Amino acid sequence: MINSRFFNRSELLGFLALAVLLFLILPLSLDIFRLNLVAKYLTYAFVGIGLVLCWGYGGILSLGQGVFFGLGGYCMAMYLKLEASSVANTKIQSTPGIPDFMDWNQLTSVPLFWKPFHSFPITVLAILLVPAFFALIIGAAMFKRRVGGVYFAIITQAIAAILTILIVGQQGYTGGINGITDLRTLHGWDIRTDHAKFILYFVEVVLLFGCIVAAQFIRLTKLGRILVAMREQEDRVRFAGYSVANFKIFAFCAAAVFAAIGGAMFTLEVGFMSPSFVGIVPSIEMVIYTAVGGRMSIFGAVWGALLVNFAKTSLSESFPQLWLFGLGALFIAVVLAFPNGLSGIWADHVQPRIDRLLALRKSKSAAGMIADGAPAE
Amino acid sequence: MFGDYSISDLGAILAMQGFAGLILFSVYVLMALGLAIIFGQMGVINMAHGEFMILGAYVTWMTSNVVQHVAPGLFPGYFFIAMILAFIASGALGMLVEWALIRHLYKRPLDTLLATWGLSLILQQAYRSIFGAREVGVELPEWMMGSWQATDSIQIPINGMFVMALTILITIVVFYILFWSSWGKQVRAVVQNRVMAGAVGINTEKVDRYTFGLGCGIAGIAGSAFTMIGSTGPTAGQLYIVDTFLVVVFGGAASLFGTIASAFSISQTQSTLEFFLSGSMAKVITLLTIVAILMVRPQGLFALKVRK
Repeated sequence: MINSRFFNRSELLGFLALAVLLFLILPLSLDIFRLNLVAKYLTYAFVGIGLVLCWGYGGILSLGQGVFFGLGGYCMAMYLKLEASSVANTKIQSTPGIPDFMDWNQLTSVPLFWKPFHSFPITVLAILLVPAFFALIIGAAMFKRRVGGVYFAIITQAIAAILTILIVGQQGYTGGINGITDLRTLHGWDIRTDHAKFILYFVEVVLLFGCIVAAQFIRLTKLGRILVAMREQEDRVRFAGYSVANFKIFAFCAAAVFAAIGGAMFTLEVGFMSPSFVGIVPSIEMVIYTAVGGRMSIFGAVWGALLVNFAKTSLSESFPQLWLFGLGALFIAVVLAFPNGLSGIWADHVQPRIDRLLALRKSKSAAGMIADGAPAE
Repeated sequence: MFGDYSISDLGAILAMQGFAGLILFSVYVLMALGLAIIFGQMGVINMAHGEFMILGAYVTWMTSNVVQHVAPGLFPGYFFIAMILAFIASGALGMLVEWALIRHLYKRPLDTLLATWGLSLILQQAYRSIFGAREVGVELPEWMMGSWQATDSIQIPINGMFVMALTILITIVVFYILFWSSWGKQVRAVVQNRVMAGAVGINTEKVDRYTFGLGCGIAGIAGSAFTMIGSTGPTAGQLYIVDTFLVVVFGGAASLFGTIASAFSISQTQSTLEFFLSGSMAKVITLLTIVAILMVRPQGLFALKVRK
């Protein structure tokens, strides 16, 4: 039953449909404000892809993806903030040349852990490595001791709470509840212009497709199959001689890196980073997007992030009261009735009909060929 | 850190912080008891537990308003009426939720987490629409105000002592129900072996429903007690839910005694640290310690051995 091709037919269609939508339809039809919103939604799709690997395939529900999203976002924000607080830009401060919130909190020099973020290559490395390292520690500590399921979910949630409290509490080092704001340039390139936002959108979509391909690769290798086996019968996989913990750690780290890329892109697209994207509520919302899209489908995660966020924006714009009711009800409905989300509905109800339609047409045209000696189309 | 205080000052500070910790302990115990019953005994992760608590708080607030206007003579004792009403309201809502939602998900514990999160969003918005987004506080009867002067430098608030006494009472009642009543025996039988319990004639579905209702009802009482020491807003429940889950997990999920022990150690650590550090750092250090201990000892402080 293992498909040797990289994408089977319906996956290829899904891939192409998404590519056409994101590369052509949306950029051509939306103005730059809306396109920037789409870019913001898509940053959650990165988290979603990671969750599909780690939750859908590996069975590890992490309620702390906001931590990694935030780590990636904060790494990027620290670089941008240092660049924005040049001596020329911060003349009016009592200590010029340091970020404004540090000045407000009576700091006189940039703290040590901010220093590496003066360099862009180190920042990019940090965006990828800091969350991976963090996930490695958490994962190693938990999975080696066979903590899983519910306990893992609660502990990751606690970690999200801890990080939020820490960021809010340590104002002088992190910008506190407001986060790191007023970001201007990336390597001298102004990210606030419409043109820059347009280009950033495409950079993000390319990165997203990179992540989709990477996730699909992981899914199709033996590793992906071991993940599924672990989810279904962990003990048997262990008895067969596989180190279950190491595979789980890998899936968790991969999900963390995807989330961090999303976070870094979020900072670039939106122009700030704050603890409100790190804590418990955003972390659970990221799980919601994935669950709605379909926890077993990489493309589903992207669609889920897009559609739920689109619904969130349009509903909360016009009916702020109803939005939470809608989200709550959607979530209950998805869990109760459609555990595989939109992609499950597609695969169970839409796909078979399309197949039947295609099969019907094929048999008709085949009949036509015999009768007329020429293809009907 | 200790330089500015004399020994007797430090003693008084420790006593008062210890007492502040005991009040926190009471709230934790009341919330965690309900959660420990639901999570520990049934394996359901109820993320809406905080909202059940807030329901109890709002019921108390409404009762206090009604009593004040209709029967001011009863006002000194309104709190007892409110507590019973809070228990009934939260318990009834809990049973309804169990019937409509939870019973379909017993085989998928992670999904109960997601579904009850959806429920908590709905409840929060419902509170906001009905009671408004502002926090509400109840008016305390006269006898609960003020504080008891133990020594010159130690003051203990009376409402705090009341909440503590209440906690002890409720804990005893819960222990009695679970460990001595025949219904409690049925609950524990279902927990230990659902199929076998069903085979000997226990109506497991009914036991599930009442257990969930009891857990939520206790959350309602917790909310009622909560109004004595703080004000209530639509999202106040969410602030406590993670702490409470940590209390339950840290204590060892299926052990009620462990829950109480862990609530005690967590609240005391936090309130003592709060004096010496900022509030946020105290919380960070407490939570980090718990997470670190859980990584070393995932089964929690007191693990109950259950055959799976």
